[in-house]
Amino acid sequence: MITLDKLTKIFDTPNGSITAADHISMEVPTGEICVLLGPSGCGKTTTLKMVNRIIPATSGRVLIHGEDTSQMNTVDLRRNIGYVIQQIGLFPNMTIEDNISVVPKLLGWSAEKYKKRALELLDLVALDPAIFLKRYPSELSGGQQQRVGVIRALAADPKVMLMDEPFGAIDPINREVIQDEFLKMQKELQKTILFVSHDIDEAVKMGDKIAIFREGKLEQYAAPDDLLAHPANDFIAGFVGNDRTLKRLQLVTAGEVMQQNPSMVTLDQPLDEALQLMESRDLEAVTVVNREQKPIGMVRREIAQVHRGSCRDHHDGLPTVIYQDDDLRSVVSRLYRVDASWLPVVDGEGYLQGVITQRGITHHVGATYRTQA
Amino acid sequence: MDKTALNRYFRNIFLFLIFCFGVWAERTGYIEEMAYYQEDVIYLAGEHLYLTLVSGGLAVLTGVPLGIYLSRPKMAQRAEASMQLLNIGGTIPTLALLALAMSVLGIGNNAAIFGLWVATLLPIVRNTFTGLRSVPAHMKEAARGMGMTPGQMLRQVELPNSLFVIMAGIRTALAINIGTAPLAFLIGGTSLGELIFTGIAVDDQAMMLAGAITTALLAVVIDFALGLLTMAFVSRGVNPLRQRTA
Ligand SMILES: Nc1ncnc2c1ncn2[C@@H]1O[C@H](COP(=O)(O)OP(=O)(O)O)[C@@H](O)[C@H]1O
Ligand SMILES: [Mg+2]
Repeated sequence: MITLDKLTKIFDTPNGSITAADHISMEVPTGEICVLLGPSGCGKTTTLKMVNRIIPATSGRVLIHGEDTSQMNTVDLRRNIGYVIQQIGLFPNMTIEDNISVVPKLLGWSAEKYKKRALELLDLVALDPAIFLKRYPSELSGGQQQRVGVIRALAADPKVMLMDEPFGAIDPINREVIQDEFLKMQKELQKTILFVSHDIDEAVKMGDKIAIFREGKLEQYAAPDDLLAHPANDFIAGFVGNDRTLKRLQLVTAGEVMQQNPSMVTLDQPLDEALQLMESRDLEAVTVVNREQKPIGMVRREIAQVHRGSCRDHHDGLPTVIYQDDDLRSVVSRLYRVDASWLPVVDGEGYLQGVITQRGITHHVGATYRTQA
Repeated sequence: MDKTALNRYFRNIFLFLIFCFGVWAERTGYIEEMAYYQEDVIYLAGEHLYLTLVSGGLAVLTGVPLGIYLSRPKMAQRAEASMQLLNIGGTIPTLALLALAMSVLGIGNNAAIFGLWVATLLPIVRNTFTGLRSVPAHMKEAARGMGMTPGQMLRQVELPNSLFVIMAGIRTALAINIGTAPLAFLIGGTSLGELIFTGIAVDDQAMMLAGAITTALLAVVIDFALGLLTMAFVSRGVNPLRQRTA
């Protein structure tokens, strides 16, 4: 857990003093990512750097797992905090292996141990050690350097990480990939992370909590969904954007919104049974599954009303299926693309788990607003 | 044409000119005449080298630490002023410097070594200082943020990343040193200047050339040796002559 307690930084400059961080108080629970978000110059970096004392605080305290960091030796404190900066800051004179091993060496690990660790970490980000261990940073692409920057910070397995716009220098496509990779790692590693970003989309994607800063002040500290649903003031509403409701969609998976125990018919069932089912449940269509309970098509009510026979002869194909883990933004996008009002939802193995409807999504998004009102 | 190709191009022209000069020297009989001074040349080259290595070595041993000291953050206020002072010192003509050294230390090798040391110091301090100062701030911040002490940062990050520039300063310095050492003759130091200046005084072209050519040769050999050292000690990752990019 990281606790900031009335943390304040005042820079004295020739043009007067600048309050870069003004009584910032917040708590980042163990194992969570907290994104510090805000426009340029609002004090995110200053706040972050006061945690590892790259910038000394003017007043206030930083506690890590309840322990006041001002009582700790600065060098020890830093060796126990992973630090990633936007410029990556790999040392060009060292091989990748040596770069990764910097902190383990400072901590006095045996050569055997830190070499093994470097191998492990390269594997973790899918960089082949045989190729990359002995390379120099200048021989890596930007995305590869960024990955090495992250695993270097993880080398000594710190509990706390500070990341200042760690993926800011990468092109958007690679950034998505690295973000996903990092989230996957974080699921296992459970680090407590302060993560600076100026990009609301990144914040929503990466953050368990988001802290919005403005001119040195902490304006709102909340979970992404809360922040998007209930921005505390106009500044925040403006910053998160008019499409904030759409942004919320990516925070929810199809599995959370789908109707479970979906109606279904098998290929061999007669059409009038399908019609009865739709009439009793007031459905416009029903999913057809094969013997393995995997959806393979659908029967429409207007077809069942005018035809006789089995579902096998009168079903239409499915335009697409939704996976339980898909986020609602991609679900909505696909619903619109295929012009459907509902689609079946399957699990990883392809078994039917439920159906998702446009109405269900609207209802879900609206629910938070209704509870607030 | 990239930079290394251009360098190679000039080097080849240079070698060709040397070759032409050799042919000319042979034709005119200078080679034979110069061979007459072989014993002197060998002895004086040794003395010349001694002057250079002692004064140059002292300059490295003092200039590099001075450059490091000036580049430390706590010196930031005074560093520029100090460098200006050194630059002004650097504008004093070497001959005047040697004369001053002689007036204090008397005639002989010691005055020569002192004068050459001063003349050599500047490029070493300047390159060490600018090399260290040009290590990017974010790289130093990463080092600090990872928990390096200032000493660890200097040894593991700052020096390795500026070593190429520092070595370039040492190469320049020693080239100046070797080229200036003949003047030591004028204040009683022993160097190839003996052949050059005596040759001029008695109008003996061969004698003068024997001294001059050997001086040039020494300069080339020393520079080559330092080039090898640079290749050996500067990490491949920061040696601009050995870059392959992804
Ligand atoms: N070393 C410094 N000296 C003076 N002012 C600074 C210094 N570092 C940052 N500031 C000022 O503090 C404010 C916050 O900066 P910073 O924390 O870097 O913002 P952010 O990371 O949110 O873009 C800015 O107004 C900036 O100009
Ligand atoms: Mg910043």
